[in-house]
Amino acid sequence: MTAVDDRPALEVGKDRRRKEDARLITGRTRWTDNMVLPGMLHLAMVRSPFAHANIQNIDTAAAQGAPGVVGVFTGKDLADTQGVNINAWPITADQKTPTHLPVCIERVACAGEIVAVVVARSAAQARDAAELVDVDYEELPAVLDMKEAMKDEVLAHPDLGTNKSAFWRLDSAEQGSGGDVEEAIAKARESGIVIEREYRQQRLVPAFMEPRSTVVDPTGDQMVVWSATQVPHILRFAIAATMGIQESKIRVVAPDVGGGFGGKLQTTPEEFATIAVARKLGKPCKYTETRSESMVSAHHGRDQWQKLTLSAEKDGTVTGLKVELLADLGAYVAIVGGGVPVLGAWMFNAIYKFPAYQFNCQTVLTNKTWVDAYRGAGRPEATYGIERLMDELAAEVGVDPIAIREKNWITKDEFPFTTVAGMTYDSGNYEAATEKALELFGYDELRAEQKRRREAGDPVQLGLGVSTFTEMCGLAPSRVLGSLSYGAGGWESASIRMLATGTVEVVSGATPHGQGHETAWSQIVADRLGIPFENVEVLHGDTQTSPKGLDTYGSRSLVVGGEAIVRAADKVIEKARPIAAHMLEASVDDIEFNAGQFTVRGTDKGVGITDIALATFAAHDLPDGVEPSIDADATFDPVNFSFPHGTHLCAMEVDTETGATTMRKYVCVDDIGTIINPLIVEGQMHGGLVQGIAQALWEGAEYDEQGTLVSGSFVDYTLPTAADTISYVSEHTTSPSTTNTLGTKGVGEAGTIASTPAVVNAIVDAVRHLGINDIQMPCTPERVWKAIQSAGGTQDAAPVADAQPHFDEGTPNQDPAAGTTDGAAQ
Amino acid sequence: MIPTSFDYVAPTSVDEALSVLAEAGDDAKVLAGGQSLLPILRMRLNAPEKVVDLGRIEALRGVRDGGDHIAIGAMTPYCDIVDDALVREHALLLAKAVETVADPQIRHRGTVGGALVHADPAGDVGAPVLALEATLVVVGPGGERTVAASEFFQDLFETSVGDGELLTEIRIPKHTGWGASYEKFVRVSHQWSIVAVAATVRLDGGSIAEARIGLTNMGSTPLRATAVEQALVGKGASDLAEACSAAAEGTNPPSDLNGDADYRRHLAGVLARRAVQKAMEG
Repeated sequence: MTAVDDRPALEVGKDRRRKEDARLITGRTRWTDNMVLPGMLHLAMVRSPFAHANIQNIDTAAAQGAPGVVGVFTGKDLADTQGVNINAWPITADQKTPTHLPVCIERVACAGEIVAVVVARSAAQARDAAELVDVDYEELPAVLDMKEAMKDEVLAHPDLGTNKSAFWRLDSAEQGSGGDVEEAIAKARESGIVIEREYRQQRLVPAFMEPRSTVVDPTGDQMVVWSATQVPHILRFAIAATMGIQESKIRVVAPDVGGGFGGKLQTTPEEFATIAVARKLGKPCKYTETRSESMVSAHHGRDQWQKLTLSAEKDGTVTGLKVELLADLGAYVAIVGGGVPVLGAWMFNAIYKFPAYQFNCQTVLTNKTWVDAYRGAGRPEATYGIERLMDELAAEVGVDPIAIREKNWITKDEFPFTTVAGMTYDSGNYEAATEKALELFGYDELRAEQKRRREAGDPVQLGLGVSTFTEMCGLAPSRVLGSLSYGAGGWESASIRMLATGTVEVVSGATPHGQGHETAWSQIVADRLGIPFENVEVLHGDTQTSPKGLDTYGSRSLVVGGEAIVRAADKVIEKARPIAAHMLEASVDDIEFNAGQFTVRGTDKGVGITDIALATFAAHDLPDGVEPSIDADATFDPVNFSFPHGTHLCAMEVDTETGATTMRKYVCVDDIGTIINPLIVEGQMHGGLVQGIAQALWEGAEYDEQGTLVSGSFVDYTLPTAADTISYVSEHTTSPSTTNTLGTKGVGEAGTIASTPAVVNAIVDAVRHLGINDIQMPCTPERVWKAIQSAGGTQDAAPVADAQPHFDEGTPNQDPAAGTTDGAAQ
Repeated sequence: MIPTSFDYVAPTSVDEALSVLAEAGDDAKVLAGGQSLLPILRMRLNAPEKVVDLGRIEALRGVRDGGDHIAIGAMTPYCDIVDDALVREHALLLAKAVETVADPQIRHRGTVGGALVHADPAGDVGAPVLALEATLVVVGPGGERTVAASEFFQDLFETSVGDGELLTEIRIPKHTGWGASYEKFVRVSHQWSIVAVAATVRLDGGSIAEARIGLTNMGSTPLRATAVEQALVGKGASDLAEACSAAAEGTNPPSDLNGDADYRRHLAGVLARRAVQKAMEG
């Protein structure tokens, strides 16, 4: 028998069931709210019902005297110790960034802000007493609509003097990555095609499953903070930077965390308030939010107006793209709130070869809940805009949406390709993914059915939607982040500890909150070190165990953190090699490593890596000058992003009598590079798809004129369940990423980014023959029905895109209550 | 969220429940499944001093044959209605409506009587009970009385069940052999009805001999579309549109995030036609 025959089946690529699922699904695990400490006190927050108000007076006497109450703290009481919520990414040097106190002192700038904290022996007592806190508010005018905010008539923060936070531009002519977009548009107005649209990215609630919770133990020399967060390492940094606590005295633990979708990458007022109160009282404290609190006070996502101008030649060859974004930050600039829309700068041009490009982003403050990353973060918004536009261009030219994309996309022979935005896509094959998707979908048959239904005047019409998306993942090369004034790097860290008894601890700086890191990391290490999958233990989410890390968001864990693990594993092998040579009495140069075994080339002599771990533990007989450890650390900083892409096809049925839409079929073929665990990928795709589809059809955070979140519970915020979904077909093509040795690209956000425009394109396609070219998201039955009504339901109103400008200054081309017809826009 | 503190009582008989209610007066709320009451308590929209749980009164649970009617105990959970042989044979419309309520968890906890007394106009039990011309049995300190379904619903969240009284039974005249359909329009499956139409018909040789139509969420109470019922008599399956187009006449539906009143009126007409069509199919 040779060593090769002993080699275990490769773990990478295997459908491993997730190690973590038994405990996560049964809940028999360390969720933050499950933590109970001796003498622990409970917090309840008193929150502002008003969108904008001065705090005149807070009477806490009644609450102080309520049963079980230990203390009631206002912003004034905590002023010197509560720290401040940080913005880590000022997008411009002159960005207006209002101070964001955890507990407001003088003024609240959105409904749901904390004005007082009640501490009691039980959570129920704290809640009861919170009702007794009497706050005297002086209501101030609130600005709720971002276009209104741009007028600076009503100010979200009067002291700033303006609602405009920052303006950020990328211009291909200025930066030398392409031509002048105004010239391209001017030329197209004379002899080509100009498509102008304004799209609305509605505000969404991340709606993670586990509400946020924080437990703080201030007793002893070290302060321990458990929190349901995606970012324990960043939280530790923020606490040290703003609360005057030495970083080395702070331990932050993210135990098992029940979902985040970006919603938990924030450092929150609730965390700071709990820390401040626990330190003041010298007692362990817990705060767990209710779902109602979570809806209004955890950050929201999306919320943009997108004014888009695309120029093309008459045959549909694109010549320019101008993007003008208006992005609502809400009341404060969240940790990366200003930067999220800016990420669109490199994504609006997508997979297409635009010769000229300009991206403008104006961020604006309003008196609504603050806005930050939500699954996809900037990239779904951009993908929606461009993929909707490409369908509009196809309709204008009179060709199939697939054909217009083929005409304009980067071909497989053109990689690596530097885009008009200045990004270099390392690999991809849009032709292969599209071909496979079309076949799986049965595109031609469905087109034929669509034709039949149109001709028959079927009350249920069929539409096909296309989305050939790409995204940038693996956030991020630290140098790039530095050039964008981002407040941190983008590296990731890993350690591998070879235990004496043959098992391996892998310490990861990436912090899972449902993704399955423990399983995937085990598969990578099992292959790399030749250790059984079951013998690999993955540790994470505790700054004491994994002191270095930049956590999990932006589809970065595998692409950046996975590569760090590979490098740490390779270092372990290199450290073990001289010891193996010593044990085998051979020259280091003759030692080979394969599947966990060091062998002497040309002989059958060998020693296992776990034997070396034991020998190192004993350290009785190591070569001179070799340290008694084969453990290793690695920190990986990527040189480029990764660029997953895919072709998503969606068939939607539209009931023209009621406006109801029903998904008929959804096929996606994604190129996410090398796949570590197909089962996890399948889960990420299906979950991601539902979230993106939900934006298209169901979800929207709606405020009334007073600034109250109307969709403040799951009765009105219509989150879908499994009962509302169909079975999706998710397949893959593979062109490995060249920026990491695993060849991975990231999959956490792909489904969410790609699916939204596919669905809306399908709905619009189903009713385009009636003269409709847009329906605002979420495409509720009422909006669809009203679009059909206002289009008159006639079949001969063929779409006409005017080459002349038709943006009326300050007015959207979308009626929020309905869809749009071409006629209405002119 | 955490409700304010309250006393909890779980009587085992109707008499015991009535005396508990009499004693507590205005400060008591009846728990009849809790699928609406618990969220209300947890969000602190109501803070009763006493919660009287009817869940242990076995006599209020189950379906029996009452001769010319079937009698449904007020505390019968939705899930027991859906597959009940008597209900399916004699009041198919109720089974069709109840199977659309929310999700399986809620259908196992929520009760028919609880839903009727809560009287949310977007709830799915009111319209079929109205359309099936049920009689509701209410007991109180003064004894038992019966109320016609048409008199039962007074206004938004208001019924003729007074303080200190309990709804104990729903008596539905047998509609044996009637076809039925409940057309519920929602955006996501677990949602309250945006609009729903309950239709049940008796056929005579392929055309409609009798029809009963109830409307959900088209006003502050469940409604009956009697004009449509009359217009449908004698109509065949291909001849329903005109009769059903009047479904929304005289209604005053709400406007909210799911649709404005005009849209709801339009939906009522479409859904009425579809409901009657399906009811004619069985």
